[in-house]
Amino acid sequence: MRPADKLVRAASGFQCQIELERAGQIADCRSILSLLTLGATQGSELLLRAQGPDAEKAIQAISIMFEQQFDEANVESNT
Amino acid sequence: MLELQGIAVSPGVAIGQALVFDREGYRITRCLVAVGEDEREWSRLVEAVRKADEKLELSRVSATTKLGERLGGIFSAQQQVLRDPHLQSELESLIRKKTYSAEYAVSEVFTKYAAAFRKSTSTFLSERAADVRDVERLLLESLTDQPMATLKTLPHEAIVVSHDLTPGETAGFDPEKVLGICTEVGGSGGHTAIVARGMEIPAVVGVGNFLHNIRSGDEVIVDGHLGRIIVSPDDATREHYQKRRLYRESIATKLQEIRDLPACTSDGVRIELMANVEFPNEAASCIARGADGVGLYRTEFLYLGHDQEPTEEEHYQAYAQVVRDMQNRPVVIRTLDLGADKMGMTKLTEPENNPFLGLRSIRLSLRNPALFRVQARAILRAACLGDVRVMFPMITTLDELRSARFLLRSVSEDLAAEGKHIQCHVQVGMMVEVPAAVLMLDRFIDEIDFVSIGTNDLTQYTLAVDRSNDSVADLYQACDPAVLRLIQRTLQVASEKKKSTSVCGEMSTNPAYALLLVGMGIRTLSLAPAAIPILKKAIRSVTIGQCEAMAWRALRLSTAREVDAFLMNQLAGLVPEIVLQA
Repeated sequence: MRPADKLVRAASGFQCQIELERAGQIADCRSILSLLTLGATQGSELLLRAQGPDAEKAIQAISIMFEQQFDEANVESNT
Repeated sequence: MLELQGIAVSPGVAIGQALVFDREGYRITRCLVAVGEDEREWSRLVEAVRKADEKLELSRVSATTKLGERLGGIFSAQQQVLRDPHLQSELESLIRKKTYSAEYAVSEVFTKYAAAFRKSTSTFLSERAADVRDVERLLLESLTDQPMATLKTLPHEAIVVSHDLTPGETAGFDPEKVLGICTEVGGSGGHTAIVARGMEIPAVVGVGNFLHNIRSGDEVIVDGHLGRIIVSPDDATREHYQKRRLYRESIATKLQEIRDLPACTSDGVRIELMANVEFPNEAASCIARGADGVGLYRTEFLYLGHDQEPTEEEHYQAYAQVVRDMQNRPVVIRTLDLGADKMGMTKLTEPENNPFLGLRSIRLSLRNPALFRVQARAILRAACLGDVRVMFPMITTLDELRSARFLLRSVSEDLAAEGKHIQCHVQVGMMVEVPAAVLMLDRFIDEIDFVSIGTNDLTQYTLAVDRSNDSVADLYQACDPAVLRLIQRTLQVASEKKKSTSVCGEMSTNPAYALLLVGMGIRTLSLAPAAIPILKKAIRSVTIGQCEAMAWRALRLSTAREVDAFLMNQLAGLVPEIVLQA
C-alpha cells in the first residue's frame, strides 16, 4: 500500500494523464483504489503510459521510482 | 409520513428514534434523499472527508513519531484512499444523480471495492479489503458524528430497524435501550418475535423492503397491536398514538386491580393462566402479572448469543432462579428446542433444504445425547427446589418419546449413584405440535403425565405453512378449522385418561381465541406474561356456558376467516372494554 501511496503522490505532481497497465487492465495512477485493483505484486509485468504536456518527464520520474523500488529497504510487495 | 404494514408480533406502542442496522451489526444507511437535497448531502460528505482526513493525519503523525515512518505510512495510504479522485467522483455521482444519502453512497462504493479486493487471489490485496473497510468506518463515523453502535451497546434509547436479526443479536439486546423492533422479514413464530415478547418490547416484523426509506435518527412509531410502522409521523398521528398510549396505561392500571384475583369465569370455573418465559429474570414479571406458574420455560437462550456451550451449572443456575422466584408454583421446563430458526453458536446440523422438517428440537437432542444429558441433569437437580415438570418438544413418534424418557431415567440413576440429591417423581409431558402425534395420541397417552399443545408448530405443520415466509404468512392461521379439530381430538384422548392438557402456543395471546379454547375444554393456558392480565379480565367477564356456545358454533364453521370473524365479533359482544384497547 505504501508504494501505491507514493506513486499516487508522484503522479499527482504532473499535469499529464498517467496509466499503468497489467494484463489488459488499466489503472489511473492518480487513484490509489484503481492501482490496488490492478492486483499487481512484486514481479508483475507492468506497462507505464503517459499522455500530456509533461508526459516524458513523468515517465522518467516514475520509472526511477520503480527502479529504486520506492525506497523500500525491504520491499514486501506491489507495483 | 410513511405508513407500512407488517406482522404484529409483540404488543405495545413505541415512539422513538430509529437506529438502522445492517447485517454486519452497525448502522446502515440505505436511504434516498429528496430531490434538491443532494447539495446538502454532498457538502455533508465533503465535511466528513475533511474530518476523517484530519483524524488520519493525527494518527499518522503520532504513529510516525512513536513507531517510525513505515507504520505511519499505513495512515498515509488510508488518507490517499479518502482523497482518491475516482472514489470522490463515484460518491458524487451516487449522491447527485441517484439522490443517495451520503452514508448510503459511502457504504455502496466501499462495499464494491472491498468485494473486488477480497476476490483477488493475492493475499496482499485481499488484506487491503480490511484497510478499505477501516476508511469506510471512519468516514461513516464522521458523517454521523458518533462511534458505530452495535446491538449490545446502543448509545441511546432507540427503535431498532433491520433487515433481520439473528437469535444471537436479539439475545444481546439491552431491554432498557431498545424501545421497539422492526424488521423487513420474519413471522410471528420467529425468534425475533419470541424474544421481543419475552422482553415486552413492541415489535413488527415482515414489513418487506423499506430500509431505503428510513435512516437513523428518523422518528418512528411501532404499533405492535396492528402491525403498523409509521416513519416521520405528522403531528396528528403522533398525538393519536400518544393518546392511545395513555389510554392503554389507564387500562393497565385497572387490570392491575385484578392481579391477585383468580382467573375464574363469572360462574366460578377456574382457568389456570401460566406464563411462557425465555429468560430467568422474567419470573419476576410473571409474579407481577399474577401468573399461576410457568407453563413453558424455553431453554434455548442458554445457547444463543454465547460463544460456548453452557455448562450443567449454568443450566442449573438459570432453572433454579426461576423455580425459586416462582415460589412453589409449577414450572414446566421444555428441553432444548434448537434447530431450524434457532441455532446456537455450535453448529450442530449441516445446512438443510427444509430446516423445519430437519434435524431440530427433540431429534437434535436425541442425536446429541451428551448435550441432552447436561440439561437433564440440571433439570432434575433444580426439581428439588420446587414443582418442576419436564416437557419434550416436537414428539412425533412413540420411539422418540421412549428414547427421551430412557435418557432422563438413566441421568436420574447417574445422579442417584453420585449421591446427588434429586427429586424422584418429576412429571413428564410431551408437546403436541405435529399432526402425527395427535393422530397417535391414544398410544402415547399412557406413557406421559401431561400434554401441552404447541399451537405455533401445530399450525405450521398442519397447514404446511412456513410462518416466517411472508409470501405465505397469511395462510398461517391458528384458528383454522383443521387446527381446531386436532386440538379437539387431543383434548378428547387426554381427558379420557384424565391427563391434563394445556395450550402453550401464542394462540391464546388473543383473548377471543383463548375463550374458544376454554369453551373447547382447555383449563390451562400458557402465554406471554404481558398478555396475562387482559386475558384474566376476559375470563372473569364471561360464563363457561358462553365459552362453550362460542366453541360449538366456531367448530361448525369451515374456514379460518369465518372462525376469526366470528370469534372477534363474539369478543366484542362479551368483553367490549378490552376490544377497544387494540
